[in-house]
Amino acid sequence: MNALPWTILFSFAGAILALDAGTRSAALARRVGLVATLAGLAAALLAATRFTPGPGMQTILDLPWIPQLGARCHLAADGISLTLVLLTGIAATAGVLFSWNIEERTGEFFALYLTLIGGVYGVFLSADAFLLFVFYEIAIVPKYFLIAIWGSTNREYGAMKLVLYSFAGSALVLGGMLWVFAAAGGKSFALADLAAAAARFPKNDQLAMFGLLFLGFAVLAGLFPFHTWAPTGHVAAPTAASMLLAGVVMKLGAYGCLRVAMPLFPEALAWWQPAIAWLAIAGILYAGLVALVQDDFKFVIGYSSVSHMGFVLLGLAAATPQAVGGAVLQMFSHGVIAGLLFAVAGRIVYDRTHTRRLEALQAMPLHRLLPFGAVVFVLAGMASMGMPGFSGFPAELAILIGTWKASPIWALFAAAGILVAAAFTLRVVQISFFGRTTAAADSAPGDGLPFAPVTWPEKAGAVLLLASTLLIGLRPDLLLDWINPALQSPLMQAALKGGQP
Amino acid sequence: MSRLPLLSLLVFLPWFGAAALALLPRLSEAAHRRFALAASLSTLAVALALLRGFDPARTAPQFVEKHAWIGALNVNYHLGLDGLSLILVLLTGLVAPAALGASFRSGEFRGFAAFFLTLQGAALGVFLALDFFHWFIFWELSLIPAYFLIKIWGGPGATRAAYQFVIYTIGGSAFLLLGFASLFSAAGTFDFQQLAQLGADGSLARKLGGDGSWWLQAVFLGVLLGLAVKVPLWPFHTWLPPAYAEAPTGASMFLTAVMSKMGVYGFLRILWPIFPRELQAAAPWLMVLALGGVLLGAWGAMRQTDLKRMVAYSSVNHLSYCLLALFAVAHASGKSGAFSEAATAALSGTLLQMFNHGLSAAALFFCVGVLEERSGNRRGVDDFGGVRTVAPLFAALTGVAMFSSLGLPGLNGFVGEFLIFRGVFGLAPWAAAIAALGLLATAIFLLTFWQRVFHGPVVGATPGFKDLTLAEAVPLLPATALMVILGVYPQLLAGLINPLVTAWAGQLTPP
Amino acid sequence: MNGVSYVELWRALLPEGCLTLGALLVLAIDLAAPASRPAAARRGAATALALMALAASAWATVRAGTDGAAFGGVFALDRLTLVTRLGVIGLALLTVALAGNLSRLANAAEYLALILFATAGFTLMAASNQLLLAFLALELASLSLYVLAGFDKTRPESAEAGLKYFLFGGVSAAFMLFGFSLLYGLTGSIAFPEIARQLAAQPPSALLVVALVMVLVAFGFKAAAAPFHLWAPDVYEGAPVGSAALIASASKLAGVAFFARLLWAGIGAPVAATWLPVLAILAAASLVLGNVAALAQSNVRRLLAYSAISHAGALLLGVMVAGRSPGSVVYYAVTYGLATVGAFGVIAALEAAGPSQRIEDLAGLHRRSPFLAGCLAIYILSLAGIPPLAGFLGKFAVFADALRAGGLTGPTGWLAFLAIAMGAVGLYYYLLILKQAFVAAPKNGAAKIFIPPAARLALGVAAVAIIVFGVAPGLILGAF
Repeated sequence: MNALPWTILFSFAGAILALDAGTRSAALARRVGLVATLAGLAAALLAATRFTPGPGMQTILDLPWIPQLGARCHLAADGISLTLVLLTGIAATAGVLFSWNIEERTGEFFALYLTLIGGVYGVFLSADAFLLFVFYEIAIVPKYFLIAIWGSTNREYGAMKLVLYSFAGSALVLGGMLWVFAAAGGKSFALADLAAAAARFPKNDQLAMFGLLFLGFAVLAGLFPFHTWAPTGHVAAPTAASMLLAGVVMKLGAYGCLRVAMPLFPEALAWWQPAIAWLAIAGILYAGLVALVQDDFKFVIGYSSVSHMGFVLLGLAAATPQAVGGAVLQMFSHGVIAGLLFAVAGRIVYDRTHTRRLEALQAMPLHRLLPFGAVVFVLAGMASMGMPGFSGFPAELAILIGTWKASPIWALFAAAGILVAAAFTLRVVQISFFGRTTAAADSAPGDGLPFAPVTWPEKAGAVLLLASTLLIGLRPDLLLDWINPALQSPLMQAALKGGQP
Repeated sequence: MSRLPLLSLLVFLPWFGAAALALLPRLSEAAHRRFALAASLSTLAVALALLRGFDPARTAPQFVEKHAWIGALNVNYHLGLDGLSLILVLLTGLVAPAALGASFRSGEFRGFAAFFLTLQGAALGVFLALDFFHWFIFWELSLIPAYFLIKIWGGPGATRAAYQFVIYTIGGSAFLLLGFASLFSAAGTFDFQQLAQLGADGSLARKLGGDGSWWLQAVFLGVLLGLAVKVPLWPFHTWLPPAYAEAPTGASMFLTAVMSKMGVYGFLRILWPIFPRELQAAAPWLMVLALGGVLLGAWGAMRQTDLKRMVAYSSVNHLSYCLLALFAVAHASGKSGAFSEAATAALSGTLLQMFNHGLSAAALFFCVGVLEERSGNRRGVDDFGGVRTVAPLFAALTGVAMFSSLGLPGLNGFVGEFLIFRGVFGLAPWAAAIAALGLLATAIFLLTFWQRVFHGPVVGATPGFKDLTLAEAVPLLPATALMVILGVYPQLLAGLINPLVTAWAGQLTPP
Repeated sequence: MNGVSYVELWRALLPEGCLTLGALLVLAIDLAAPASRPAAARRGAATALALMALAASAWATVRAGTDGAAFGGVFALDRLTLVTRLGVIGLALLTVALAGNLSRLANAAEYLALILFATAGFTLMAASNQLLLAFLALELASLSLYVLAGFDKTRPESAEAGLKYFLFGGVSAAFMLFGFSLLYGLTGSIAFPEIARQLAAQPPSALLVVALVMVLVAFGFKAAAAPFHLWAPDVYEGAPVGSAALIASASKLAGVAFFARLLWAGIGAPVAATWLPVLAILAAASLVLGNVAALAQSNVRRLLAYSAISHAGALLLGVMVAGRSPGSVVYYAVTYGLATVGAFGVIAALEAAGPSQRIEDLAGLHRRSPFLAGCLAIYILSLAGIPPLAGFLGKFAVFADALRAGGLTGPTGWLAFLAIAMGAVGLYYYLLILKQAFVAAPKNGAAKIFIPPAARLALGVAAVAIIVFGVAPGLILGAF
């Protein structure tokens, strides 16, 4: 447990070191990036081995910070945090591996990258709403530069859109949080204190505060119709940033909903529940259908992320223990899988073919030219479809089970979403890698396309992510045994009760 | 009983073979073939070992392996084998190596074999799993290798056919999954046996929504949809003809022989035990659909000029008999009188038909494959003529398969269909009468096939047609032999399932 | 009335004394120095002297302590005074160190002397607790600033800026004086506490409203709040960079502190209902206009001017809620000043290297000078309110105070929400600046930028201070 704050420290320290290393050589900066993320992952794993699951956040560090605002530097973790910290460690390490080919301004790249990671770790470990928000915002700005400097297609537009949406979302959160803080007497930002005070607020204020907080966070989670930043941003971003954006940053939003909005205002959750659930369902289906007709490789994956995050939001909205547990599991699962998909589309394929148009890819016998990419993408696609055996399956299953308890109709639409996911995933697998598979392709020209061989960092990153999704697919209890006790804490119980009609 | 986890071995040996093929360095083609075949044959070897230890008199699952797995979802790793599973395992053991053997000459054999062995292991897992969680893993996992087998090694329309195949099936599966999600949310377990118990005593309906609610019916429909697509039950069959027709020969053999049985197996293992009342209520309608499959499958086959599509349609027809018998039994359950005897007959027939159809349909696909290969990918009815004259051995083997398929007495196909008809006649005579039309149509199209391709003047692609060498015929020989043996001595197989079937029928009869 | 103690006066006025003495010395030495001495040496001597004067003033400020009213209540020596004086002096120090293009100005010594005079005016504003002294302080500062704005005789824009600033400032001074005289007429006193006592005792009158409106309009002019902001873009654009920096930073801080004291201590909470709505309108208009108009700017300095207008809105909001404790708004003003001075420092360095008026002139800054680009990022992100930089915490603290005063439906709650929403708009144009600096490639022929060591140090200090105050806001907030 005590190892967890090191994840934040390693990341920020790594950012500074990378900046310095970048002035010497790109290779050095890369190594700094890898060491820093690996150190973070190691710290997370170390903490995981010493973790005793239990209800409530276990305090790791609690120092006074800004007494005038009642803000404390309070780091704590429960099973939910730990799951997501672990995800961050995995995704961050893989992201560095898939950024190994960044040659331009490498030091700055990894500095921004590690800053983003540090912010993400911080959000997952904060038990103080103010601290959480600070880390949350720290994670926003590096995204702009990562995309605008190292991105591709339409990068400046995508970066700006993404950051403005994120910032608008966080402005809602800021408003909501300040309001709650002020209404609670302005003495403390501790989540527990806020929750205790929030129960006494007038009903209408509660509804409005919950709306601000939940919607604000949900923008970052890609809640329909505030999701449009996600596909354009993901597409424009360089591979590692796409991986992190879809893999981890979208989770920040969902985590905020779960950690802040829901426990504070259980009663308001009950009122908002149908609206959120239907928006989540709309997101699942709409984004899935849009993904079905995209002709840009990365757009398909970008929309698929929105669709998958719809499941997370639906699970949260359903607010039954299984659904919320499933939502957290889905956060982990989608983090890993989206990372993998973006890695294949952005790094393994795009950096070699220099096109992401599916039509163009279809004309290349990619499964022959990039067999490693094909295998990884097929497995990732299966995981993304929710194929059993991969982590997406237990997550979606748990969400379905939990949602069914809340409303069978929602569950029915969600099941339709699974079908849509299968359809678009299979389509993109088919077109991208297996566009030309018939016998005629065996000797087709193009076999000689000089694709650089797949490098070891790519292999290592892909194996890391694949192993994670498979491990959790087959042993979801590894995470569920952390997550479920965490849902027993008084705060979470209140949130879950609020969701019951 | 053996201490080895035989059932796990059954599933994981093919997977081990697949993984080894995919991950180990490339060897010579011959080595790949030998290795893949050995991995595929492992099923048969283990199945024979199981057969030795199997006690037909016990109707409960045997060789059970049960280990705690996912505590949070109350999931156990739970495998078991009863008579129903056993004959399907045996069928897989017989057909899979043959299908693999029939594909030795396909390009990129290593990849083909890896996918094929994955598919084989997944299918076996479906037949053995007793907990929904990993049953569904196997069930869904079978799609992906099947998809790639069709897509990569299939014919010109393979892309579309494969896509359609997977999407249809996943479409069904999504509702199946939702159904089980709801069952879990009510009952808190995924175990088939526990769910069946709850279903039988009616407590499932109470847990799911109280008396008078229609939730259980809705869930039933979801599960039904998932299974019906897989079998397929008419009118959910439209994915099947293109998929089977475009698939490479080996894959078609396995798809029709084993994968289509997964659906029927699901009806018997899941739908019927867990939703007995709902199935009974829906049975008349379902019988109509099954009859639709019998008649329209046969009708569709008659209208085909493409031999592969013809065999594909005949599969729809044959599997519909199985479902018809099951629905008839479900429909009539609880009635007294001659019910028990008729039900026993119908259910035995269903099980035997599953096995027999597996053999004969696989053999037919193999034969069409031979025609296709030797004529440069032609497989129209009109592309051939007088094959019997130039290739007598081939004609003989095809003939056996064909006549088994149309139910000629003395061959195995007859036994199953006869029992089904006998049972259904006792339970729902009208259905039997209508289904008999299907028999007639089957006879017509198969005989047309026989006559046009094998008899008559040597025309079309036939000249230059070389007869099968003995080596080429090897994959077909065991199946052919079994067709004859089981035709003469069906008790060999029926003995394995009789007590089970009797017990099933016994549960349905009012005390 | 207490007895007059000249010892107290000495103590209270010592900071201003240091500054004035420093200014005179700067002038004298420059006059006395033989014309044969190279200009650089004269400039160096003047700068060193100015820095010493500022340091001495800071020392005197600390020594003056915080034990309440001094010299018969004319001066208020409290924490607000202390922090504001120190803040003003610090910002002036940075301005002096950063005014890198002093070489372009003839008579650098006069320029520095004016900065010191202006600073003296600021510190006096912070300390004054009486209408007359306040007006004198304000005029001392303003007159110095008018000249500073028009100091660059080589550029017509500078003259335009100076004239405009003078005209607007003069009008606003007239308003203020009128308002002050009405206040005096109403209450018969020029001492803040007495005015507050009198106003609380008498029923609200139309005259009071007129007086308050006059004062607030003047405040609006000084703070460049909409709709009295019109001078700001031109002055920011035209004035020499050091002058603009001083106008944007120290002048704001002093003004905010002074008005917070005037409005809360001098006019008082009991009649707050009469002036709060006026301030609210000014604040809302500034927030909206500043942020929206900034979107359309292509000139860096004008953009900073509109950004300043929007920040003026937030500062007015801060003044509105300064009744309980002015800590938040002072913190805001100090950290805003740091970021603005820093930003102008970057512009100064750029201008020394070539044309730098348009945003595009920042292109490729990360290549031309990574240090400058990094500092600029910190300043701009702080202005945008991104944690952990100080700008974020300033906003946070002010908005928290605003919401404490009655939630969303309270008198200031809606303004806080408006400000938060406008913050999201603001991020857009701040990012446009950073986009040029970090994303765009440098233009052909754009050379590396040389930064004088003093400026480098000052830029670094400003950046570090922004981070330190952001992470440990208690350093300022804790003083209240």
